[in-house]
Amino acid sequence: MQKKFGGSAIFLDRSDINTDEIIPAKYLTEVTKEALQPYILEDLKLDGFDPKGEKLKKATVVVSRENFGCGSSREHAPWVFEVNDVHTVIAESYARIFRQNMFNGGMLAIELPKADIDQLIALQEQGDVGIEVDLEGQSVIAKAGSEVKKFTFEISQFDRALVDSGGWVEFADARY
Amino acid sequence: MGKTLAEKIFDSHLRDEPFPGAKVLSLDRVLCHEITTPVAIADLVWREKDRVFDKTKLKVVIDHVTPSKDTKTATQAKILREWARRHDIPDFFDIGRNGVCHAIFPEKGYIRPGFTVIMGDSHTCTHGAFGAFAAGVGTTDLEVGILKGVCAFREPETIRINLNGTMPDGVYAKDVILHVISKLGVNGATDRIVEFRGPVVDKMSMEARMTLCNMAVEAGGTSGVCMPDMVTVDFLWKFIKDEFSTKEAAFADYSEWVSDEDAVYASTLDVDVSNLEPQVTFGFKPDCVKTVKELQGTPVDQVYIGSCTNGRLEDLRQAADVLKGKKIADSVRGIVSPATPKIFQDALEEGIIQIFMESGFCVTNPTCGACLGMSNGVLAEGEVAASTTNRNFNGRMGKGGMVHLMSPESAAATALAGVITDARTL
Repeated sequence: MQKKFGGSAIFLDRSDINTDEIIPAKYLTEVTKEALQPYILEDLKLDGFDPKGEKLKKATVVVSRENFGCGSSREHAPWVFEVNDVHTVIAESYARIFRQNMFNGGMLAIELPKADIDQLIALQEQGDVGIEVDLEGQSVIAKAGSEVKKFTFEISQFDRALVDSGGWVEFADARY
Repeated sequence: MGKTLAEKIFDSHLRDEPFPGAKVLSLDRVLCHEITTPVAIADLVWREKDRVFDKTKLKVVIDHVTPSKDTKTATQAKILREWARRHDIPDFFDIGRNGVCHAIFPEKGYIRPGFTVIMGDSHTCTHGAFGAFAAGVGTTDLEVGILKGVCAFREPETIRINLNGTMPDGVYAKDVILHVISKLGVNGATDRIVEFRGPVVDKMSMEARMTLCNMAVEAGGTSGVCMPDMVTVDFLWKFIKDEFSTKEAAFADYSEWVSDEDAVYASTLDVDVSNLEPQVTFGFKPDCVKTVKELQGTPVDQVYIGSCTNGRLEDLRQAADVLKGKKIADSVRGIVSPATPKIFQDALEEGIIQIFMESGFCVTNPTCGACLGMSNGVLAEGEVAASTTNRNFNGRMGKGGMVHLMSPESAAATALAGVITDARTL
């Protein structure tokens, strides 16, 4: 079953955010996804960011820069997003394993060019940013205050099939 | 048009292409450890599909936190252990026989040229040193790998790194790969295979080649690869001697897995190592690299020698050559973890363990523990480590701690002086 995408955005305006920052290794001893929930982005090094803050608590979309999710292959990174209802990440680019893990779990890792991310991040000045994802139209609509911006993205047929089927296990089990 | 090694492996293992550009490969090896596998096992049980596609192609080890440090890690080990027993997996390595996954699996001869290998561990790219396609994956890919023996990848493009010149004294594979990463950047090889070529690689041992390939992922690479040659055959010979009449026959067979001369590369990087100096990272990204001399004098609290990058016998020998007959600084905690029981035993027989102990090092059992701040050498807030591992991320070896990555020789010199030190200045 397809997950719910879009919603309230939080902006992590830095490149190379790694999976150790998203979920530190000391929590990898948990054997359920749910147990990871309180530790989201606990070690993120970013000025003004509070991992225990309200902004993160209500966010369901993460917006970031280049090479998001680099480092360790731990799927605990997408999982800690999933159990915090963050099913959509929008970034300039991703580390391969993280991006694959997102789609493998039926979640979205949307790539937008730097100019679009710049505009998205600037939108914060108008107030809280809400994001709608139109998978059919392959577009992202961002609203803040009275301002509305639309950006288009590409999703491969395979990634789309993973999102539609709910993930790689479902897809592979039906096919192989 | 010729093909790269990676393209040849993709062609020969292609099981399905459900959509253009999505290549589903059949797998020769699915490697498992106790951190990323238990959730896959739990999900398979929940789906009532607790099966394995081929128990002889699964290789399983408890390595990240071993012996278990608390109830949670003991539970992870228990889940893996019981699963391995339940499916009668012949190659399962538990306490007393276990070592760091990317050291023990090659040591057992499980990785061969032309193989496809996945593991729920980003440093799986290490195994490309044998002319294999070896990729780190997440738990979902691992779960499908265990159940179906397949994994999906995008069409691979390869970056060719030509390592030319002659390695200067005191410069090792670790210095070369840190330098290469600084040139490529932390995402310079994303979605690419990193192919190491040239006379420098030809002269390298399998251990050194594994060090090179191990850190391909730190530039974003899917797999590192080296071309199989007589060095590869010599390393594997005790495992393959029944398959081939002579070493030359094995070499001829493995030549199938060498990139064609007219293969097409995404890009090429030429590096002359002749004037390379020992390298060290600064900051919190592995592409932040300077010469050891530039950071000379930086105080450290802990020196760690070990891991899938530099915990092999050759690495321990290099460190021991520096430490022999000397004491490490009082201000430094020295920790060495031979990466496998065999390496530990060989190091004992060669007198290397004695040298480490007499110099003031603590010798711990084979485990990944300290590298990712899980056990056996976690840093306190504000502490600094000199380490032969692979990641200098903020908090990697302990919250608030700082890591400088370097070669075993540089790490040993740093332990003696208590500050970052170029071994050639001792």
